[in-house]
Formats: sequence, C-alpha cells, structure tokens
Amino acid sequence: MMNPLNGRGGGLGGSSSGKNQGGESVVEMFPSGLRVLVVDDDPTCLVILEKMLRTCLYEVTKCNRAEMALSLLRKNKHGFDIVISDVHMPDMDGFKLLEHVGLEMDLPVIMMSADDSKSVVLKGVTHGAVDYLIKPVRMEALKNIWQHVVRKRRIEWSMPTTTHSGSVEETTGERQQQQQQQQREAVSADDDDNNSSSVNEGNNNNNNWRSSSGSSSRKRKDEEGEEQGDEEDASNLKKPRVVWSVELHQQFVAAVNQLGVEKAVPKKILELMNVPGLTRENVASHLQKYRIYLRRLGGVSQHHQGSLNNSFMTGQDASFGSLPTLNAFDLQALGQLPAQSLAQLQASGLTRPAALVSKPGFPGGSTTIVDERSIFSFDNSKMNLLHGVPTGMEPRQLAGLQQQHGMTIQQQIAAVRAGHSLRRPQQQTFSRPQQSSSIRQPMLPNRVSEISGFSSGRSSSIPESSSRVLPTSYANLSTQQQSLAFSNFQQELPVNSFPLASAPGLLSLRKPHSSASEVNSSEAGFTTSSYDMLFSSRQNDWDLRSMLSSSHQDAFSNSEAYSSSRNNNNTSRNQQQQQQQQGMVSHHQVYGNGGGSSLKVKSETMAFHEQYSNQEDLMSALLKQEGIGPVDTEFDFDAYSIDDIPV
Amino acid sequence: MQRQVALIKQSLFDQGYLDEQFMELEELQDDANPNFVEEVATLYFKDSARLINNIEQALERGSFDFNRLDNYMHQFKGSSTSIGASKVKTECTMFREYCRAGNAEGCLRTFKQLKKEHATLRKKLEQYFQLARQAGPKEIARRPK
Repeated sequence: MMNPLNGRGGGLGGSSSGKNQGGESVVEMFPSGLRVLVVDDDPTCLVILEKMLRTCLYEVTKCNRAEMALSLLRKNKHGFDIVISDVHMPDMDGFKLLEHVGLEMDLPVIMMSADDSKSVVLKGVTHGAVDYLIKPVRMEALKNIWQHVVRKRRIEWSMPTTTHSGSVEETTGERQQQQQQQQREAVSADDDDNNSSSVNEGNNNNNNWRSSSGSSSRKRKDEEGEEQGDEEDASNLKKPRVVWSVELHQQFVAAVNQLGVEKAVPKKILELMNVPGLTRENVASHLQKYRIYLRRLGGVSQHHQGSLNNSFMTGQDASFGSLPTLNAFDLQALGQLPAQSLAQLQASGLTRPAALVSKPGFPGGSTTIVDERSIFSFDNSKMNLLHGVPTGMEPRQLAGLQQQHGMTIQQQIAAVRAGHSLRRPQQQTFSRPQQSSSIRQPMLPNRVSEISGFSSGRSSSIPESSSRVLPTSYANLSTQQQSLAFSNFQQELPVNSFPLASAPGLLSLRKPHSSASEVNSSEAGFTTSSYDMLFSSRQNDWDLRSMLSSSHQDAFSNSEAYSSSRNNNNTSRNQQQQQQQQGMVSHHQVYGNGGGSSLKVKSETMAFHEQYSNQEDLMSALLKQEGIGPVDTEFDFDAYSIDDIPV
Repeated sequence: MQRQVALIKQSLFDQGYLDEQFMELEELQDDANPNFVEEVATLYFKDSARLINNIEQALERGSFDFNRLDNYMHQFKGSSTSIGASKVKTECTMFREYCRAGNAEGCLRTFKQLKKEHATLRKKLEQYFQLARQAGPKEIARRPK
C-alpha cells in the first residue's frame, strides 16, 4: 500500500522545485514529510489516524480540541500543510474550524466523520473543504491527501494568471505545473481507486483543472506577459504565505464591499487595501475563499456573481440589472407558470413573492427580483441553513430559519419559499415540502435573474445590504441571498439528478407543470445546482457540459457519480473562477445544479444555462425546457434528509 | 498457542464482532509499535466507558434529550467504527434511529443491548490480546499460522 505512495513521492522528488519550509512551492518531498494537523475529539480515532499518517510518512500533529488546533495554526502559520478535522466536536463545529482555517491560514482542510449523509458531505463541500472522508478512515484515503496541498498551491499560483490574463508561472512555475500535472496524472489512477472511502472532489477536479488551467495559464503566459511582474516572480519564487489577520481581513472585506462583492477583483481590492507586500495572488486566493464562505452563507457562489450578474443584467431593467426583467419575462415566456404561479404566489400570501409574482411584465419582474434579492440578502445573514445547502434543504431550512430567526427578511424569503411550496401543492399536489415545479417555473426566471442578479445584480441591487453585511459578517446577507437565489434557481432547474439533493425534484425548470415526481427530481437537481452554484460561479462551461453529459444517466444512480462529479465540477469551477467570467457563471451555476443526474434535466439545464447570458436566450431556453416535458423522475430521490441537516 | 490465538481472532470476525477495520489496525502494527492494536483497543474501551456513562446518566435523568443522546451516540459510533467493533456499531446505529424517532423506549432497549455487546467485545478482546501476548505479539501480527 505504501509503495505507490513512496513511488510517487520519489517521482515528486524529481521535480525542480523544492519543498520549502513555507511549503509554497511544489514539494520535492511530497508526499512524505507533509505536515498534517489532525483534529478529533475522539481519542481512539486520533490515535489511529496519527498512526496511519505516520505510516504514510507524513509529519503528524494531533489535537483533540478545535480551539487548540486553531491556536496552534495561528502560532505557526506555515507550520502545517494540511488539516484534517472531524465534523462533530464538542468545543467547536468542525465546519467552523474549516472556515477559520480556510480564511486565516489558507490551508486545505479535509473533513471527516462517521456521518456519511449527503447533507453533511455537502456542507463540507460548501464550506470549502477539499475533501470529506468517511470513518472509518482507511489508509488509502490518507495516502493521497497530499494532492490537495499541491492542488491548492497550483490554484494560488495560477490564480493571478487567470484573473489577470498573465501567466503567473514563469519557467519555474510552468515547470512546476507540468510536474504537478505529471504527478497528478500518475496519481489520478491511484486516486480513482482510493476514492471509495471518501467523497473526493479533488481528483477529477484536479485533472480537469490541471489540464485546463495549466494549458490556459500557459497560453496566457504566452499571450500576455504584461501582467507578469513582481507578483508572478514572487509567486514563482518562495512566496511567503500571507497571514490573514483579523485586521487584514477587515481591510479586505471593506475593500470588497466598496467595490461590490460581485465586482471585486483582486487587483482592485489590492489597490484599495494598499497593504505593502500583499500580492494580487494573495488577494485572489483569499477572495476565492471568501466567496466560498459567502456562498456558503448565502447559498450563492459569489465568484461568478459578477459575471453572472453582468450577463444577466444586460438589457434588463437598469435598476435591477438584467435579472428583474428576466423574471418577468421568463415568467411570461414560460407562460405556464407565470400567471398561475404569480397568482399563486401572491395568493400564498408571500409578501415578497407576491411582488415577484405579480410581475407579469418586465417592470414588475424587476421589482420583484430586487425585492427578492433584498429578502434574500437579509435572509442570508440569518439563514445559516442556506449555507450552500441544496435546495432540498432549503425549503426546510427556510422554514426553520424563519422560526429561528424571525427575521423579517427571512420570513419574507421563507414566505417566498413557502409561496413556492404553496404553489406546488396547488398546482401539483406536491407532497414534498420542497417547492413544486410550478413554483419552480416562475421561480426559474426569477432565479435566473436572481442568480445572476445575485452574483452581480444582487450586489448591485442590494449593495447596501450586502455591503452592510459584509463588513460585519462575511457577507452573510449577500451570501445568503445568493444562496437563496441559487437555491431557488436550482430548484427551478430541472436538474433532477442532483445526487446531493436528496430531495429529488427540487429542480425542475421544465417542470412548471411537472408532477410531483418531477418536482422531486428537479429538486434534487436543484439542490445540486444550488450546490454547484454556490460553489463556483466561475465554473466553466465545460464543467457543465461534462457534468451534463455525465449526468445523462439515471438520476439516482448518478447521485454518487454526480456528487463526485459535482464536487469535481465545483472544484474545477472554483479553480476556473478566475479564468472565466461572463456567462460561464450562469453555466456553472446552473450546471452545478444540473451536475446531478437526471439526464433530461441536464440537457435542459444545459440549454438553460447556456442561454443564460441572454435574457432572450434564457427565455428561449426556458421555453425550450418547458416544452421538453417533465424532467422525469429519474431521480427518485427521497426527500432530502433534512433531519440530518443540522439546523 | 498461536494457532489458538488465530482461531479466536477468526471467530471474532466470523461472529461479526469485528470487521475489516480491525484488520486495518493490525496492518498498522509493526516493529516500532508491536502492541498498537492492543493500545488502541484499550484506549477505545476507556473512552467508550466514559461515553456509556454519560449516556446512562442522560437516560436516567429521564428527560430524554434526544439531540444530546444522538450526539453522544455519534461519538460512540465513530470510535466503534474506527476500531472495527461491528456489533457495537450496529447497536449505535439503531440507538440513533430511535433517537431520531423520539422513541425513548427503543432507546433504552437498544442501549441495554449496546452495553451488552460492548462488554462482550471487551472481554473477548482482552482474552484475545492476552493470548496474543503470550504467544508472541510479533508472530500474531506478522506470521500467518
């Protein structure tokens, strides 16, 4: 068992870059010598893990309390390469630790738990975990954790390249990349084998990302060397890891808010922050994580928000950005839902939705969108549940949130959701708590707009609220909004095969009229979508496509593949965030949802997504989807096990 | 003697007390840590005894805070899984099911069963380790008989 690992390590050793103490460059000694911090309150597990990791020739530090782990990490920011943490811990939630580590130290974190329910795994993904291991953890799963370190470094290196269209890597970097790629290729085979015990989003993503980013970064390098400068040089060389102190982070958040979450690009943030010694790459990678955080909170990925918003916003209500119009327009275009759904929504007594629904025309729609957005933004802050939780969960959560938080916005949002759900029963006697397809449809356009709006529009329409929130708490609002948007959107999406979304039928773009089963599938798809959307706004089309194509299978059976592919997509999407901007977001986002299984959903989703860039296109996509017929219940998902979702 | 030890171990597997995770642990055992498995098992029983105590107290209180019970049990299940205590793990799962269903009666019943399984496993493993030590730890872990 160890042999391949050692072999790989040997291969890695041949790479040009050496492993420095800062762990910045590709590690020569990878995987041996990898400095791992293990956090688990269970002493038995801790001891076993330690032994396993030592056998992998890693350097292990174990910790049974999250607080201690954090202080250890803070004291020695560059002392560790990767963190493995249990989910359930008495003193601090594993996900919270994950967030902290991600934001403060920018280290890859692997979550693990005996709990293998999709909801928790999803939570791990949305919180930015690079992997999720299911206990009992086996050696094979631990052997390859080094890949996450390498991958992350590559992302950091290439991020400036993608965003600034300049290749970060110069010769050294490229070499490193190539080596990494080779390593990855070598590893991927093993990785596939070792995926069994873990929900591994890294492998596939890695491959995808590597090939795409590698080539793209290389290409960029060739094309434009202008952006290359000290930053690139610095990144190639030993780059001291930036410690994101609370102050620094506040500065960062302030800069982001000033620019607008969606419009915030690393370069501008860097300028605003005006911190000497801070590089664009630092900011870029931090922004990425921050967005993941926000997304988790708001359920909407912010990465591509800007792009998404932009694409949607064009040609639409100026005030809202394209989204609003889309809603109304879409609704109308959809024809099926709009009137009904609107009416229903209104009837359901949703404060917001009614507004939303009542937009038969563009103008109306836009307003609604804005409202929704604002609703969402507020809810986001409160709706913790929405953190990247797929739609399946959202309805429940929404309800839960409402109860818990009692925030007006949340209530509104809940109302919106409830409206949706109300609609469902009305329209389809959908037993599921999740929104019915009928709701979906009207939602879809809304969502789309919302989603796009969220990413970009949201920020624009609700900049205040977002900014408000941002400074205080990682843009809870915006994130939530986004997540809401996403969730809604996703639900709309007919991505039935969303494996993660245990609630099948979450999505169903096509299913405005879809039956309950469809709804279920759509929901499922939705969940996925939302999930994906949360993850990476920048997902590339190819991600989507691959997802879609791969998802052309029985939704249910795909769930597994889906989740992993989704993960991959998400990961790759994240990676590509920097690279891609417009339009892709929508794709990705939708894709994320659709990544799920349902074949139909996927194709439809794809169509849907692809059309996203244009309102008209969106409309036609929607229409097309409408006509496609029920997504069908490929995904016979059971309702998303909300019970498992810690609310 | 070694054969005896091997037989005991085999029976533990056959009867479902242990699963392949236990074998993983054994593979981790080496010359540097010749008693690794036993150490882990000891640690497990110590920790799980504490958890059982907590659960017991919580149950005795009669308030049936299912959330809390579920949390305890999740921990318990985690460690049991890590050591490969298969039957104990099954009881844990059942207990959690009852918790989720809010079935106090079921919880109590399952908990009793769980304690029994736990005690049985403990005894059997103690016996196993004792024999193994007598037979020669390295041989047990390494040499097939």
